[in-house]
Order: sequence, then structure tokens, then C-alpha cells
Amino acid sequence: MLTTLLLIPALGAGFLFLIPAARISAIRWTAFAASAAAFVWSALLFKWFEAGTAAMQFSQRVPWFQVGGFNVRYQVGLDGISLLLVLLTTFLMPLAILSSWSIKRQLKAYMGFMLLLEVGMLGVFISLDLILFYVFWEIMLIPMYFLIGIWGGERRIYAAVKFFIYTAAASLIMLAGIIVLYYANGGDSFDLIQITERLAEGRITLSPVTEFLLFIAFFLAFAVKVPLFPFHTWLPDAHVEAPTAGSVILAGVLLKMGGYGLLRFCLPLFPKASLALGPIISVLAVIGIIYGALVAMVQPDVKKLVAYSSVSHLGLVVLGIFAFNQVAIEGATYQMLSHGISTGALFALVGMIYDRRHTREIGDFGGLAHVMPVYSALFMVILLSSIGLPGLNGFVGEFLILQGTFLARSTFAALAVLTMILSAVYMLWMYQRVFLGNITKEENRLLPDLNFREVAILLPLVAVALWMGVQSGTFIRKMDTSVQKVIERMESQQTFRVENRAN
Amino acid sequence: MQINYLALLPEIILAVFGIFVMLAVPFVPERMQTKLAYPALLGLLLAGAAALIFPRSSVQEGMLFHDAFGTFAKLLFFFSSGIVTLVSVSYLDRARLPHGEFYALLLFATVGMSLMANSADLIMTFLGLEILSIATYVLAGFRRHDVKSGESALKYFLLGSLSTAFLLYGIAFIYGATGTTKYAGIIQAVTVSTDRLLALLLGLGLLVVGFGFKAALVPFHVWTPDVYEGAPFPVTAHLAVSSKAAAFLALVRILYQVLPQLNAHWETIFWMSAFLTMALGNIVAVSQTNIKRMLAYSSIAHAGYLLLGVVANNRNGLQAVLFYLVSYALMTLGAFAVVQLIGRENEQAVSLEDYSGLAYRQPYLAAALSIFLISLAGIPATAGFMGKLFLFTAAIESHLYWLVVIGLLASAIGLYYYLRVIVFMYMREPGTEGLIVRVPASAAVAIAIMLAGVFYLGIFPGTFLRLASEAAHF
Repeated sequence: MLTTLLLIPALGAGFLFLIPAARISAIRWTAFAASAAAFVWSALLFKWFEAGTAAMQFSQRVPWFQVGGFNVRYQVGLDGISLLLVLLTTFLMPLAILSSWSIKRQLKAYMGFMLLLEVGMLGVFISLDLILFYVFWEIMLIPMYFLIGIWGGERRIYAAVKFFIYTAAASLIMLAGIIVLYYANGGDSFDLIQITERLAEGRITLSPVTEFLLFIAFFLAFAVKVPLFPFHTWLPDAHVEAPTAGSVILAGVLLKMGGYGLLRFCLPLFPKASLALGPIISVLAVIGIIYGALVAMVQPDVKKLVAYSSVSHLGLVVLGIFAFNQVAIEGATYQMLSHGISTGALFALVGMIYDRRHTREIGDFGGLAHVMPVYSALFMVILLSSIGLPGLNGFVGEFLILQGTFLARSTFAALAVLTMILSAVYMLWMYQRVFLGNITKEENRLLPDLNFREVAILLPLVAVALWMGVQSGTFIRKMDTSVQKVIERMESQQTFRVENRAN
Repeated sequence: MQINYLALLPEIILAVFGIFVMLAVPFVPERMQTKLAYPALLGLLLAGAAALIFPRSSVQEGMLFHDAFGTFAKLLFFFSSGIVTLVSVSYLDRARLPHGEFYALLLFATVGMSLMANSADLIMTFLGLEILSIATYVLAGFRRHDVKSGESALKYFLLGSLSTAFLLYGIAFIYGATGTTKYAGIIQAVTVSTDRLLALLLGLGLLVVGFGFKAALVPFHVWTPDVYEGAPFPVTAHLAVSSKAAAFLALVRILYQVLPQLNAHWETIFWMSAFLTMALGNIVAVSQTNIKRMLAYSSIAHAGYLLLGVVANNRNGLQAVLFYLVSYALMTLGAFAVVQLIGRENEQAVSLEDYSGLAYRQPYLAAALSIFLISLAGIPATAGFMGKLFLFTAAIESHLYWLVVIGLLASAIGLYYYLRVIVFMYMREPGTEGLIVRVPASAAVAIAIMLAGVFYLGIFPGTFLRLASEAAHF
């Protein structure tokens, strides 16, 4: 079932290859159809998914290669957390493709890379074998690298290379960690579920130093991806230079892999190291939250502003994850989804105005509300969802994270609350300068409002933002037990420590 | 003395075909000379078949082994020589170089490599090495009107002879210590007593120098960039792949099979060399603007990764070395094939600038080269990743954590310079001269085989890994 999910975009990409390059609309619609089909399939998976159990569902396990000391499997499955991220991926993908109509150069290759990117991202979320996971984790970099490097903005080469080297170098260390873990598991398998269970049952143990080093090896790869301060420097470059759809996917999905990795690997595999380093990582998260927001405030470029707001919002996610309680982690997961929707939508919106004016400088605009009323209204809704206005998606996640963090580390929560104020400041200030007041520039007077295609991209996003704001239960219910399982794993360690101290 | 001709059949076939091709030259009309590639390819094919068909046994008497390891090595050599032949057809045509001699020399070199990797006697190892070297010295200077090619041949010859002298001297020491040059005798002598340890170690050290030169391990790598740059493209590919692999396999046999008792000593030597080779190869490659030189340093770097498997000194390590040699051959030969086409007949377009915007002039060549480079960089779904995974795993199994960390850092550096070529091809505007190269059928076939191989080993490594695993014991 999950393999079908991978095959749909892969076959789409293969089919694309057969279409002659001149038939532009055929290429566009094929790519769209493939990604839309993947969405329909994952929506069905969402419907079929049983919320009551923490076990992996739709699992499939086939030996991949099994020689000598190696036992690598093609093993996939979904739990509540990955289910939601898969859904997010397949939901954003058709919209991202739809927002790529302005791409003229090498369209076929562009769409092919988009679909391959989708295969890679979905693969990351469903893999349960460490090697398989790593394969998808790295493969996905290649299409993104080309998307930024070929179709990006002015400094695209710098941004693409920086993105690639940063993330690939960090993941190489994780590869070493994976192999060490494999031998810790007695050279038995790279099966994530098996290793996690054996560690939990104490059938295999890691010495504190090993656990610490392994934690670092995995953590670095994920921290770069999130990105956590101070590993975030690739992000503004990559986001700003990437083509619109690239930014949407980068912000919407790629960054979530960091959070997902922390939840799926770091916490369950290395609970003691996670607990021990929790405070330090939380400090970094809080720095990221405030720093990102402050830097966003002074950006003259709308896209850069949104990029730095991501640093701030994802700091919040990390803070939630390392609070180690149910509320905060559910909040963090929810925030990942909602950030994907809001920020994805913001990048799409920025792309739309860029297509018209070929600039993103705040100073070049002003009074756009007069000429583009529909655009301005939709922008406002999305912006409010990003700030975390109650009733829209952003609020739920942020509230849960702050509530949960307050229980665990109240000072941190108090500092992190600043993000709600700061994000309102930079977002609304930007909105005021771009949309309100009089039209300051002549060029902006004749800008056409959104066309049907663009509205069709934004409406689903707005609808989901509303739905996630009002009916958060639909999504939270699905992840409840999965998150609980992570928490149980952490708590078993905590009580262990408390008992030790009592003795 | 009874000679087992069947066991020698692959080498005999190659030698016969080599002589045939050479003798045929005067009788074949000028424009038909190209066709001499057919007998050469046929010879390699038949030799491969002979190596596969005739039964192997690990029992060895006399000068040669006839085991799974050796067969694996032979097939690897025959395969890469076949690819080099395919690639050189159009190259020789356009550069107006004689065909017959080239193919014949390549076949002789192949005989030498095959003897080296299968030899059961240090004298035979030396003979194999000499057959290989002499053929290769000539090949390196094959563009005899080109100063650079001459320089390349002379440099290779002078330094090569020196290294061979080292090797011989090493053999002499080992003979002095054990009283024999036969592997079986040495094994026995070393097991019984290690009285003359010093002489044995000196011998080992000198052997390492000799083989290290051929395999371009740091610090015996200094000749590599100049020789690779000056030699004709197909010869560079041969040097970087087959000749290197032959040195590695012969060395591995001596270390693992003949001198396993001295492992504490050679592990230290190769630990250092692996460290230096990986670090230097990758770091210096970064600053190269000539693609041939870049590939030369990259080949040094890859020898360093291979050493990881050697130092690991376990079954997984050996199997990883074999697997990696195959993937290395696929991706490096592939990269050289593309680079050679782009370089055109006089090898003028070899700087990175010449690759600007290549993707828009020649999308297929650019895509193929990108895939080979991505594989060399070790990104998943390609042979290069799987090979590295196995090597690193073997090293971690032997607790070589520092070496693995160094290897990972080195790979991270590698990402940069491999990707840079892709940057030029895809992300830069096309240069002023946009000459389009016609891709001849023979080269296209070779590139297609390499591409298929890179993906096959990257996605379904099982089959080959099993073969490597069966070959990985003595």
C-alpha cells in the first residue's frame, strides 16, 4: 500500500520522460495528475488508518539484500506521526506544482525533479529500515539541489551548493551512527522497530558514552534540517534563491524531516542522552525562536522575512519535542503540520507577486490592497494563521507547545511566548507596508489580481488552515497513541533515574 | 613438470589474440584498422568465458592460484579492458593513432594484471607487474607527437622502474628471511617461526612501496596527476582503474593470504596511508580546474577509501574492497568515457570552464556524467554509495572509528568538487564556443553499460555483494 504511494509519483516522473518537451501543458498536467493521485491515495490511507494503536500500519517487509554481515530490508510502515506528515507532503505537492506555471526553462526536467523529490520525501517518512531511511534522506537532496541551482534566483549556485554540502555533510555523520547502532544490535538488522524495542526492553544496551555520541551523530543531521540555531545559516539562502515551488516544499516538508527525525530516532533510541541534553537544546531552541523573529523583523525582502520566521517557528517545534510530555510533543507535531500549511502558503503568495513585479522588496510595494483585493485578503488570512490567531491552524500547535513546555520548563515557555508577540509585529508591519496606505509606486497601479489558477492554489490552503484551527481533533486523534508511545519510552527512563536517586 | 594449461587458458587466449592483432596490422588496409577492435574484444570475451567455465580449486601447486578471488579479479580486469577498448575506438580514430598496437598492448597489459592477481609466487607477481608496466609505459606515450604525452610516459617509466626496483628488493628480503619466493613456502616459514622478523618486515615494507606506487597511495602518489594528465584518455582510464585494481588485488592477496601474521604491522602502515590518501586526495582535488587532474586526485582519494577495507582486516572488509573495486571501475570508467568525448580529439576541452552550460548543448552526456559524479560522491541509489557503505561498515566492525570519521569528512569534501562540475554543466551560462560533439556508437554502448551498472549496483547490490563475498576468502 505504501509502495503504491511511492510508485505513483515515480511512475509519473517516468511517464513525463516520454512526453516531448514542446508539449508544455501536457507536461504540467501530467505532473499535477501524478501528485494529485498521490494525494488521493494518502487521503485514503488517512481514512483507513486506525487511531487506537501505536503499531506501524500498512507495513511491508521484504529483504533487500542479505549477504555476509548484511541484512538490509525494504521495510515501510506508518504510525500516527508519519501518517500526518505524509498527508502534508502529498497535499502540498500538487499545489506546489500548480504554482510553477511561470517556469519556462527546461520544464520537463523541472517537473521530473519535483516528482522525484516527492518520492524521496515520502520515502523518508515511511522507511523503517535505517539504511532505507538514509537512502531516501540523501536521495531527496539531489532533486532539491537541481531545483534551486537551475531554476533559482540570482545567487542560486551559492545557495544550492551550500544547501547540499550542509545537509549532506551532517547526514554522513548520521550514517556512521547508523552503522554503529547496527553493530550494537549484534549485526542483526537495521530494523528501526526491532532496535527500538530491544533497547527499551534492555536486551541490548549502549554505554552512556556511546549513547551520547550516537545521539549527537543523529541529532546533528536533524538539527541542520530543522534548522536549529546555530545550524540555520543555509536556510535563508536556500529559501530565498529557490523557485517558488521549491521554497514551498522546502519550508513545507523538508524542514519537517528534522522534527520527524528527532521524534522517530533521537528520542526513542537515545532517551537518556535526550533527557540529559534536553536543557541545552531547549536553550538553542529559545535562542532560535527569538533570534529568528528579530532578524525577520528587519528584513527588507518579503521572502527572507518568511524564511527567518521559519527559523523562529521551528525553534518552537524543537522546544516542544524536548519538553518530553504528551501535550508539548503533540503540539510540536501539530505545529509542524500547520507551519507547513501556513509557510507553504506564504511562499506561494510571495511567488505570485514576484511573478508580476519581479521584486520582493517591501519598499517596492505599498497600497496593494487597492489594486489586488483578493490577493490582499487571502494574504491576510494566511498571515494570521502563521501568527497564531485562535481559530486558525497556527494557534493550536503553538498553544499546545507552550502549555506543555510550561509544565516541564516554565522559564523557557515564558521566553518562547515572545514569539507570539514578535511574529505579530514583523508580519503585521510587513503587511502594513506592502498592502495598506496609498499606492506609492506607479508600477503597482496596474497589477492584475489573482487569476483562477492562483485562487485554486490558495483556497485549499485557507480551507485547511481553518479546518485545522477549528477541528484539530481530526488530526490529533490519529497521532495520540503514537506520541504516547514516545512519551512512555522517555518516562521509563525518568522513573529509572528517580529511583536511582532515591537509593 | 606438468603444466595445467586449462587454468592458464584465459591468459593464453589473451596473449594469442594480442599477438594476432599486432601481426594483423600490416595486412589490414588503412581504413579497416578500426575493425581490429573486434578481435581484441572477442579475445577478452573468450578469456572471460574461459575463466568462468573451467573449474576453480583452492588447491595450488606451482606458480598460479586458481581460486574464486582470482577469477573475480580476472573478470574485473577483462571487463574494464573491454570497456577501455570500446571507448578508445573512436578516440584513436579521431586522434589518428594506430589501432592495432594499442589494442595489442592493452591485451598484454591485461595478461600482466591477471597474472599479478593470481600469482602464487613472488617471482610471478613481479613478472605480471612488469608485463603490465611495460605495456602501460608505451601506452602512456602513445600520442607521440604530443609533448605532454611524452612527458607522461617518461615520468611514469622512470618512477615506475624505481618502484619496481623497490619491489624486487623487497622480494629479495623476503626470500632471505624465508628461503623461498613461493607463497605457500612463505606462509609455512612464517607460521613455523618469526626469527628473521626484521628482514621480513623490511621485505614487506618494500613490497608496500612497490604496490603503493602502482595503486597511487599517498605518499607514493606524486606521479599520478602529471601522468594522468598527459596520457591519452583511454590510457588514463586504464591506469586509474585496471592498473590500480591489479595492484590492490595482488597486495591484498599477499597481506591476507601470505602475511596475515604480520597484520599488526601492516595494519598500522595502511592506517596511516589510508588517512593520508583520503585526506590529501580529496583536499587537493578541490583546487583543480583541469578535469583530468581532478579525476586523478579523486582516484587517489578512492584508493584511500579502499584502504579502509584493507585495514579493517575482516571478511566484510575484503568483500567490501572487491565490491568497491567493481563500483569504482564502473563510475570512473564512465566518467572518463564522457570526459574524453567532451575533450575531443586533441584533448583541448578539459578545463572546468569548457563544461559551462554543457547540459544545454548535450543533455545526455551531461546527465550521464552527473550520474557518474554523483556516484563518485557516494550519494545513494548509485554504486558508489553502496560501496562506501560496505567499506565503512567493515571499518566500524573493526572499531576503526577515527579512520571512519576521517573518511566521512573526506567524503564531505568530495561532495564539493564533484558537485562543482555539475554546477558548471547545469547552472552556468554556456561558454562562447558551443561545439557539439557527436557521440560514436561504441562509446555510447560503453557509457550505457556503465550507467546500467552504476544503478544496478546501487539499487540491487545483493547479487554482486554475494559474488564478492564468495570471492573474499583464500
